[in-house]
Amino acid sequence: MMKRLNLWSTVLVVGIALILTVAIPRLVGLYSLVEVTVMVALAVFAISQGFIWGFGGIQCFGQAAFFGLGGYTYAVAAINMGNSSVALMLGVVVPIVFAGVLGYFMFYGRITDTYVGVITLTVSVILFNLFNATSADIYRIGNTPLGGFNGIPSIPGLTVPGSPNVLLTPDQLWYVSMVALIACYVLLRLLLASRFGRVVVAIRENETRATLLGFDSRRYKTLTFMIGTGIAGLGGCLYANWGNFISPTVFALSMSAQSIIYVLVGGVATLVGPVLGAIAVQSMMSYLGTQQVFNAQLVLGLVLIVFVLLVPQGVLPALRSVLTNLVITPRQRRTRAVATTASMKERS
Amino acid sequence: MVTLNVLTGIATLALMSLGLGVIYGMMRIINLAHGEFLMLGAYVTVVATNAGINIWLAMLVLSPLAVGVFGVVIERCVIRFLYGRTLDSMLATWGLSLFLMGAVTTLFGNTVKGVSAPLGSVSIGRYDTSAFLLFVLFLTIIVFAVLWATLRYSRFGLIVRATMQKPDMAAALGVAPQWVYMATFAIGAALTGLAGGILAPISGVSPSMGSAFIAKSFITVIGGGASIIAGTGLASVAFGLVNQVVTFVSTPVLGEVALLVAAVVMIRILPQGITARFFKRSL
Repeated sequence: MMKRLNLWSTVLVVGIALILTVAIPRLVGLYSLVEVTVMVALAVFAISQGFIWGFGGIQCFGQAAFFGLGGYTYAVAAINMGNSSVALMLGVVVPIVFAGVLGYFMFYGRITDTYVGVITLTVSVILFNLFNATSADIYRIGNTPLGGFNGIPSIPGLTVPGSPNVLLTPDQLWYVSMVALIACYVLLRLLLASRFGRVVVAIRENETRATLLGFDSRRYKTLTFMIGTGIAGLGGCLYANWGNFISPTVFALSMSAQSIIYVLVGGVATLVGPVLGAIAVQSMMSYLGTQQVFNAQLVLGLVLIVFVLLVPQGVLPALRSVLTNLVITPRQRRTRAVATTASMKERS
Repeated sequence: MVTLNVLTGIATLALMSLGLGVIYGMMRIINLAHGEFLMLGAYVTVVATNAGINIWLAMLVLSPLAVGVFGVVIERCVIRFLYGRTLDSMLATWGLSLFLMGAVTTLFGNTVKGVSAPLGSVSIGRYDTSAFLLFVLFLTIIVFAVLWATLRYSRFGLIVRATMQKPDMAAALGVAPQWVYMATFAIGAALTGLAGGILAPISGVSPSMGSAFIAKSFITVIGGGASIIAGTGLASVAFGLVNQVVTFVSTPVLGEVALLVAAVVMIRILPQGITARFFKRSL
């Protein structure tokens, strides 16, 4: 029953996304299309955080580290090799490898969730400082100067695989970004329906119990972390592609905070929620950018505080519980309430 | 000369992290707005000094006072709703961090300000060094000693330690844990404000200055483990040493990277921090 429901909702989501993919370039002008494309790149970033946090139960406060690593890897590889398809792959692989090493130390050390949050946050801060300090000319990889605070300009865009001289046009980049986003969504849905995904969720729910049932939670957590960071890296590639530019600000704390805010606003433990959250928050940010009254960071901070205090599960789950409360009868509500209190007691 | 540099490096690291350590050790809350509390402390010193107030008064009295009061306000308005929800309290303080950065940028502009360090330089043997850094070294030792003595010998310290160990039992004996938590948060904030005031003459003061320091502070506190004073102190010595030595042979940024690598490796070996294995009964 539950499984079929998930299948249909997945099909529905993919269907809507495909319609949007085809419709949006026909409805809006080129300028708006470019603006929406960056939201898609950030939505990929959001879905990675949504997976790690919402399903893996891993509190990664430095998701921007992997987003940035993906972007920088793409930039360096694309400039050096000229082949952007290989660069794209490297942009996914490098964050995964980095996350594997970091995850080994974190999860095999069995540190608490708080520590995971702080360590990942620190990693992103230090990468930010590190890349900021590479302005001298000796800091170059191959023939790419890292450029320190100024970043790397004129990154070659994605090309058609097999023919490195045919650059993608802005609307082709839109299609590629959307397909990447949909692919990530479908991949994660399939993953969550598989045995692996079920174990991951079981570990989130009760790590001790899952371990006692014979699952190595350290291995599962490390793998979850690696998968999520690979998607974040892909988001970083798309982002670097979109602006043909990357600078250390991709590692900034506010970037990691944004990924958290996307998930929190959209809905924890959903995959569509983070995507919608990313679109909502980015629309708000670009509106804020056009006026001078409120500092964007100030508003982001307020949004985060308000959501944590008032809607800690995010908009989608809150809507869902309001809807179910409206639909089900009072008697069902009572049994459900008893069940919820029981499960809450168990959790605490 | 190198020794002195290492010592003052350790001292500033310890002073910067102490406020965070107090809040974490007592309440199990990592204050992600720690860097912005430092920044507020530094701004208080800069603004007060520019208004013609004596710099010592500004650094040692006004900064801790202002940030301490601010800490109480934050505790009452935000944190107290989130006790027992570690992740949510971290997210809320993160929101606070962004909010404060945005607010200070709106008020003071995104520029670097500064005050000049008082005291000039002194000579030790053949070497000249900034007398202010020596002052920081002594101040750190005094602050640690005072805090330790308060927690160890005073009645307030006893109540605080009791609440830390078993809040419900302390409550049964007539202590109101919420007031203890509020006081602790205020003390942590005030110590951070003090550190911010002290940092103002040493480093540039800008809205984003906090993020330059938090990485080190966080690592120090979680590396230290559960004990506030011994943990923060020991971790500061260990990480400060690594940081300063690598900084001395290469660059400050590589020093920070070395600090991080040392911390990540250490956390694999001692997942609960230094004081979970050694000096377990210390404060």
